[in-house]
Order: sequence, then structure tokens, then C-alpha cells
Amino acid sequence: MSVAPPERPGSESGRTIFQKGAPGRRAFVCPAAEVPEVDPRELLPDRLRRTDPPALPEVSEPELVRHYVGLSKRNYDLDSGFYPLGSCTMKHNPRLHERAAALPGHARLHPLQDAEHAQGALELMWRLQGALAEISGLPHVSLQPCAGSQGELAGVLLTRAYHDDRGEQRHKVLTPDTAHGTNPATVTMAGLEVVKLETNEAGGVDLEDLRRKADRDIACLMLTNPNTLGIFDQNIAEIAEIVHGVGATLYYDGANLNAIMGLTRPGDMGFDIVHFNLHKSFTQPHGGGGPGSGPIAVSERISPFLPVPVVSRAADGSFALDSDRPKSIGRLRAFHGNYGTFVRAYAYICSLGADGLRDASETAVLNANYLLARMQEHGLAEYLPLAFGELCMHEFVLSGGPMKRRLQIKTLDLAKRLLDFGFHPPTVYFPLLVEEALMVEPTETETKETLDAFAAAVATIVAEAREDPEVAAGAPYTTPVRRLDEASAAKRPVVREAL
Amino acid sequence: MAQDSYPEELLYHPEHDWARIDDEQGHATLGITWFAQDALGEVVFFDPPAIGTTLTKDSSYAEIESVKAVSDVIAPLSGEIVEVNGGLSENPELVNEDPYGEGWLVKVRMSDASERGQLLDAAAYRATLAG
Amino acid sequence: MLAAIGVGSLEELFERQIPSELRLREALDLPPGKPEQEVFEHLRALAGRNRSAEEQVSFLGAGMYDHYVPAVVDMLTERSEFLTPYTPYQPEVAQGGLQVMFEYQTAISELTALPVSNASVYEGASAVAAAAYMAKLHNGRSAIVVSEALHPHSIETLRTYARGYGMEVREVPTREGVTDAQAWSRAIDADTSAAIFAQPNFLGAVEDAAALSEAAGSAGGKDGPVVVAQVDPITLGVLAPPGACGVDVAVGEGQPLGNRLDFGGPSFGLLAAREEYLRRMPGRIAGATTDLDGRRGFVLTLQTREQHIRRERATSNICTAQALNALAGVVYLGWLGRRGIVELGELLLARTHYARELLAAIDGVEKLHEQPVVREFALRLDADVDAVRRRCLHAGINPGLDMHAFSGRERDRGGLLVALTERRTRAEIDRFAEVLAAAIEAERPAGAPAEKALA
Repeated sequence: MSVAPPERPGSESGRTIFQKGAPGRRAFVCPAAEVPEVDPRELLPDRLRRTDPPALPEVSEPELVRHYVGLSKRNYDLDSGFYPLGSCTMKHNPRLHERAAALPGHARLHPLQDAEHAQGALELMWRLQGALAEISGLPHVSLQPCAGSQGELAGVLLTRAYHDDRGEQRHKVLTPDTAHGTNPATVTMAGLEVVKLETNEAGGVDLEDLRRKADRDIACLMLTNPNTLGIFDQNIAEIAEIVHGVGATLYYDGANLNAIMGLTRPGDMGFDIVHFNLHKSFTQPHGGGGPGSGPIAVSERISPFLPVPVVSRAADGSFALDSDRPKSIGRLRAFHGNYGTFVRAYAYICSLGADGLRDASETAVLNANYLLARMQEHGLAEYLPLAFGELCMHEFVLSGGPMKRRLQIKTLDLAKRLLDFGFHPPTVYFPLLVEEALMVEPTETETKETLDAFAAAVATIVAEAREDPEVAAGAPYTTPVRRLDEASAAKRPVVREAL
Repeated sequence: MAQDSYPEELLYHPEHDWARIDDEQGHATLGITWFAQDALGEVVFFDPPAIGTTLTKDSSYAEIESVKAVSDVIAPLSGEIVEVNGGLSENPELVNEDPYGEGWLVKVRMSDASERGQLLDAAAYRATLAG
Repeated sequence: MLAAIGVGSLEELFERQIPSELRLREALDLPPGKPEQEVFEHLRALAGRNRSAEEQVSFLGAGMYDHYVPAVVDMLTERSEFLTPYTPYQPEVAQGGLQVMFEYQTAISELTALPVSNASVYEGASAVAAAAYMAKLHNGRSAIVVSEALHPHSIETLRTYARGYGMEVREVPTREGVTDAQAWSRAIDADTSAAIFAQPNFLGAVEDAAALSEAAGSAGGKDGPVVVAQVDPITLGVLAPPGACGVDVAVGEGQPLGNRLDFGGPSFGLLAAREEYLRRMPGRIAGATTDLDGRRGFVLTLQTREQHIRRERATSNICTAQALNALAGVVYLGWLGRRGIVELGELLLARTHYARELLAAIDGVEKLHEQPVVREFALRLDADVDAVRRRCLHAGINPGLDMHAFSGRERDRGGLLVALTERRTRAEIDRFAEVLAAAIEAERPAGAPAEKALA
């Protein structure tokens, strides 16, 4: 079956903005100089001056708009449909947040504005720090890291600084084999060595393996709880004891925080350092790949090492940026962090409040378990069994191994066929531990009707595959493009338009 | 190559690499097995080490990439690289199509010919795959 | 739903999964939730206690600038289809986002005159650190030489990351406002992994980029260090681009290109390089290809560099980057267009020159250096900078950055860093000069000789 959707004129596949327009067209009208004219050649010697202007597009505003609006229509998005990517927490992005973030008092505020003229912003950051501290159970917060992986880097650098300060040289970090790739990548960038921890049959950390590997050369154990299998590790208290017993720190990857807000707290579980992904639980829109934000919260003993600056409140109630912290690990970026994301996250926390946040997590877990139950009905469980356990937290991982062996379709094919049904597929092939993995996180903002429809679509695709596996193998058919040749793109990379 | 194959005349390393002893002067050709290329998927990139590089048996000497995976290439024998397969920079998929022929990776001058004795024959290697 | 799951209550879901001693028995100590209207009023009240560029004529720059963001940028970045999707893991339904990345990469490549660009990194300072990591992966050497004329935040960030990389950072001093050429050559040797300078530098001065690159190549032994330039993209319509000056990797803060100030973020970092560094680049890269029916399309490519595949051997740990901000950037560059980027650059040159001459003619004010500038310059005031600034602020003008208060460096004492954008009109510049003159007059130490003829 090969039905190519008709091309509308002007929306030919893959025509870039550089292939449109004509010499002389323009959108920008330059303001008049107003000052006496000077020849640029007098201001800039030849060797410093550009002689060949960059070949940027020459288009009018209508062309610019039509091009990018046209591109937007070739994107699936969360406002348009279900997006159950595991550990991504694709929950609804409330529109109030865009309105609030666009207020000029927030949007047109310079980062180096005098503190007395930025009290609103500093107060917002201070309050957000406090809310994150309360949610995590760890009192000291830095909002600086730009994204989760930068928060992780901060966490590992903080750990190094903590050990160095105590005169100890530790070289290794433990991460479970279910860990997200950012964890080991971060460890290397921070100058330490990764040691992998095995997962037990219940899907949690293998305690025996942990006891064997935990020694005084271990700086830190990086975990997320619930983990990427959606399983809450019931042994967490014991894990914390083992890790602290050898003097190492316990780091919490906050990617799965959506499962536990208001129900339990990483600080109470024994974690020393936590990072948050504001673009996950706290509704900062994903933007197609950012911006995000990765604030961290730490315990008392780690706090001297926090990145600078930190927002502080003086006795008179005024707010300031405090960089006078001699043991700080320093800066991870310019200025103070992704403030635009703070406005949105803060608005979210204000809107939901304590009860609302707990409701969100409870509903996230309810929805995941419900969807899991629906996806195990009607014989689906024999093709797509749950990889570990019985219940799950906010996400679950199925294995497509049986489906591959019995029906000759892979998880990838199921995912591509789901596109034809109008759904974004779940995460595929992660965690690596599970064969033909399918990682599903519905989130709390999806209705029961949507979850039912999704389960029904998966059942239909599996039934279809029993009849004819070629259908899924050739999917998708109804999307703007069909399967793309990724091998050529990697062999002979073309990463810009040739002009 | 659609069908798995493990030529009888080659020697195999359990980490899915093969060696062919080329002559009595101690030269050998090295590559990855059908199993390895099948697990990787379509190979898109192989950046060989420079001629003259020393290989140590059982250690990684290069990486080979497909779209979604990176794999270490393990040296089945120790020696010095005397030639690399330049054709792979244009056509890395030769590793998939002809892993024992046009898809060879490097040629070495062995430093210790007795290492051959530690490698597996085709039958023994096949047995490791079944287990 | 509970019946379908097979549990008797919602509580059972948690009872069975979370140990009871870890369960919170009290509500979080946070205020209760509020209706949208109240939340908005609260955020508006907070905004009201900030003095933004809307309420103040500002000459403050130092890394982020109050440029005019055209309405088309807002309109496109607000669209659901760009605002709400995730990273393009299913390219068939993400051609919009992937093509935007490809176009952005093309635009940055054109701007920098370097053949390959990624789809963005977080921001300018960490982009410098990312370039240093590329250099380390490329040549395995252990020292980083950096001009002290980089933005102080960039140097601090580089130092933080370098500790993790196990690399040493050596700063090269400035002379007369630019990197000291001799000190630069002396500092670079066969152990130098990367040699980094800023263009324009933190003092607003235009460096001789070609000379610095060449000197680094000569001093660095066989194969030289990786030469890195931190650029201000808005100046690249009029300044010789890094690719034409022997630079290997260009990084920079992208905020001036269509992004808001937002009190410092989010924005984006640009990163572009010579072809040979492509497989060492961090971050997402979009590549062109074809689909089953032969249509042109785009995919994330060279993913084996990245953390989700290469894990501990990745070129970076970066996952989420700044896609929406990069969209704003490429739309802005399309809006400016081929001629616009040059015209805007020339406008900045003209107004900056005018402002600099006008201000430097004031009694008690002198240029901190005589180097060519494009949109920012440093002055030295013969009066307490903090006090002078207060008087200016009181008159409704933000005169720029108190350099000593910012950097803590003794040689920055008396320094004021002044930035121009196309929003600063002649009338505002003239008013600034009047206000500054009056402020200096009022704050100058008594008895200081008048050095200049009255204007």
C-alpha cells in the first residue's frame, strides 16, 4: 500500500526558506540612522570588516509567515494529541503561563538590572526556590542549571567538591543499567568513572551488586525513583544506608518526579541532591527540544558548594543575588538561569497548590495503571507483556519481544503504525535492559476516553499484524513523509542547505 | 548478507571478530562477523586507526557505528596495522554486505603468531552464539 | 478505572508501591491552589516591581541586549505546533521542527562562514565550555588558553567545566583593550588544547581575529590548538566572520537574534565549526535525506555522538537544548534577510560611534580604549561609578554596567560599559549624554581639573 498525499503548491516537501524568495525582497525595514553618516570603512579597518554578506534569505513578511506556518502544520504536537513518551511527562501546558511570561515586566527585564529594580523577579525566584525545596524535602536550591542534564552535571560536580573539601579523592559513580544516557555522559564530563549497577528481578537496584560495588572510591550513586521502568524501588531506605555508609552521596534524577509530588519526597528517602526538570512536571512547554530548566535542591551538607548566584532574602525583606559563596563550584552558565521557565513553573505551582500537585501525581499514577490494564486485555499481554512487576507508578515498560517473534513486527513498526492512527507513539528501545522496549507515560492531563482509544489502537495494530505484518512494516502512510533513510543521513551527512 | 555465515577457513574471537591469516610472513586480515553486523544494523561509519598503530589482543582498537548504535571492535590478535580498508569511508555498508570480503577492516603484522591458538574455529564460534 | 486495574482504591496503588514510612502524612507546606485570574494578578504584581526596558531607557548590555523583536517571531513561537511537541524522535511527524533546525543550521553556518552548525546549545557561556570539550576529544591535550577579555561569566563557566574535564585554564591579559598578542603567543604551546578569544570582546573592542588565529596555529606545535571564537551574532553582518579568520569553532550567545531578555534566559547558544569537527560536536544535528517515496525530508543525524547512544563516551550530556529559541533566531534572521543584517550592523556602527564620541567628549569621561567597536564600548569615569549611575537611574536612564562592581577586578575601577541597540534613538543618546554630564559634574571629586574644552 503506497498512497502519497498530494502536494499542495508551495508546500513541496523539504523546500527550505533559502530556496524561496527573490533578490531584493525584504521584511525588515531598517530605521534611519538619525546620526551623522559615517563610512563603515572609516570605523573598521579592512581586515576586520566583512566583505561577503551572509546568504540569508530574501523574503517578504507574507512569504516568511506562510513558510513557517506551513512548516508548523507538518508537526505533531501535544496541543493536538496524545503524546505518551516515557519519562518525558508530556502533560498539558497551561496557556496562562504564556500570557504571564510575556508581561514586559518579566520578558523585557535585563539580567543585570539593578537588584532594587528587579525585586519582582528575584522574589519570584526566591518563592520558586522555596516551593521546590518543599516538594523535594531538601532545603537549599539553585535555579541556575539550563536543563536536566546540566542539573545532573551540577550534582556530580557538587559531589566532587564535597569529597575534595573533606580531603577525599573518589573516582567512581554508580548508575543503574536502566539509567538515562545523560547520567553516564554527565559522569564522564565531570571527570569521574561510571560503574554500572545491575537491576534485580523486581526491576529495582540489585542490593547484592550494590553492596559488592559500594566502597570508598564511590563518590555517588545516581538514581531515579521511580526508575525508568516506572517502578518505585521499595529498598530505597536500605540503598541510602549502604551508600551513606561508605560516605558517598545519593543523587536523585528528577525526571520521574511526576509520580510522587505530595506523596513522598526524595529528601525523605535519603537523597542528598535532586534535580528537577521544569519542562516535565512543571509544564514548561517542550518547544520541540527546549528550552528546559534543571534546578537542583541539596541537603545542608552539600549547600556550601551550590553554584552561584543563589537568590537570598535579607532581614528587611528585600531580595538579592548572592555570589559570595567561597566554596561554590562556580557558574554553569551566564546570568541566573532560564527565568522565563521560572515564571511558568511558578504560575503552575500557584495554580495547583499543595493539593493540586498531589492530585496531579495521584492521577498520573492512576492513568498509567489504567492504561496498563487496558493494554493487557484482549490477549495483548502475550504480545506486549509488562517487563517488570504488576503495578506501576506514572509510567510502564512493555516488551515487544514476543510480538517480534510471533508476528514479525517490531516495536518500531508498531510505533510507526500508531502515527497513522493519529497518536504519537511511546518511547521505543529504552530502557536498553528490556527487549524491544515500549515505555509509556500517559500523564494526568489525559482523559479516560483518550486512554481507551489508545489501547484500542494498539490492539487493532496487533490484530492487523496477525493478518499481514507488512502493513506495520511499511507504516506510516498518512504522515507528511514516510519512513526516512537515516542510514544515508549518517553516512553522508548534509547538515545545511548548499547555496 | 541475508544468511548468517561463518567461513570455515577463518579464526574467530568471542567478541564477534574474525581473523584470516594471509601468509607465512605473519600478516592477517581482521573484521567483524555476520552476527556483529546483523546486531549493529546498517553500518554508517568506521574510522580506522592510523597505519602503524599497535593492536593488543582482546582490547578495543576502533569503533564502528550504525544509525542507532556504537560498538567497540575487539582485536582478535596483537600486531601492528599495515593497511586499513579505505573503501569503507565511502561505502561503510560493505561491512554488512560482505563482512568477510570487501568489508574487511584492517590488516596487521602479527606480533605473536601463537595467539592464533587461543581463537575459535567456525564451529566453536557458532556454538557461542547458540548458548 | 480502579476496577479495570484490579485495586480497591486509589490509596491501594500507593500503599502497594511506596513504603509507608516514606509516605507524606501531611500536605506539602505550600499555599492552596488559586483560580487563573488570581494567579495572573499575582504574576502581574510581581512584574510591576521590575523595571524593564519598557520603563527605562537602557544602555545596559554585557552579553544580552534590548533589540527589537518583530511580531512575526512571537506569533510563530506561540503556535502550538512549535511550542508543545517534544524533541523530534519520530521524524515522520516532526518535519516542521526538523526543517526549522536544518534552516537554523544553514543560517548560522552562513553567519559564521563555517560549514557545519548544530541545532543549538543552551547559551553563550556554556557554549564556550562545550567547545573546550570538543577540543579535548579532538586532540587530548590538557590546557585551555583563554583571553581575559571574554565575558567574565564565560570564563567562570569555563573554569567550572574545566575542573570536570581535568583541564587547566590559563588567562591571557589584554593590552589597550584587546588580547595582548605577545602574551597570547607565549601562553600557547604544544599542550594547548583550545585557544579562545571573544569577538567583539567584553570591552566592546574588535579583535584582530585573523592574527590571533594565525598566532595560535604557529605557537601550538604540529596541528595547533583548536581556535575558538565567542562571537556576538548581531555583529556578523559587518565584522569579518570567524570562518574567514582562521577560527575552527565559533560559539556565541544567540539572544540578540529574536529572543527576549527574560531576565537572562532562556535564549540559545550557537556552535559552528569546520567540517572535520562534525563528529565531535555536541547537541542535536538535523540532516537532510529522503523517504521511501523519494521525498526530501529531515532527520536527527549523527546521533551516535549523543548521550542516549554513546552514554559515557558521548560528545556531551546535552539532551534538551533550546529548539524554540533557535526557531525565534532563524525566523529573525529570515526577517532581517541578507541585506538587513548588514544594514542593521551599519546602523549599530554609526550610532555606537556617535554615542561613544559624544560621551567621551564629556568632562570626566574618557574612552577606556581606542579600538574599533561595533555596538558596545567601555568608558572610564572620573567619578564614583555607582553614584553616577544612581543619578542617571533617577533621571530615567540606565547608563550601562558598573564594570568594577561586576568583575571585581581592580583595573575595571571607574569603568562603565555602554551598549547600543537599534532601539536607542539619537534623541535618547543625546539625552543620555546630558544626564551623564550632569551626574559626573555632581559626583566628580572637588577640585578636579577640567581636562576638556567645554563642548
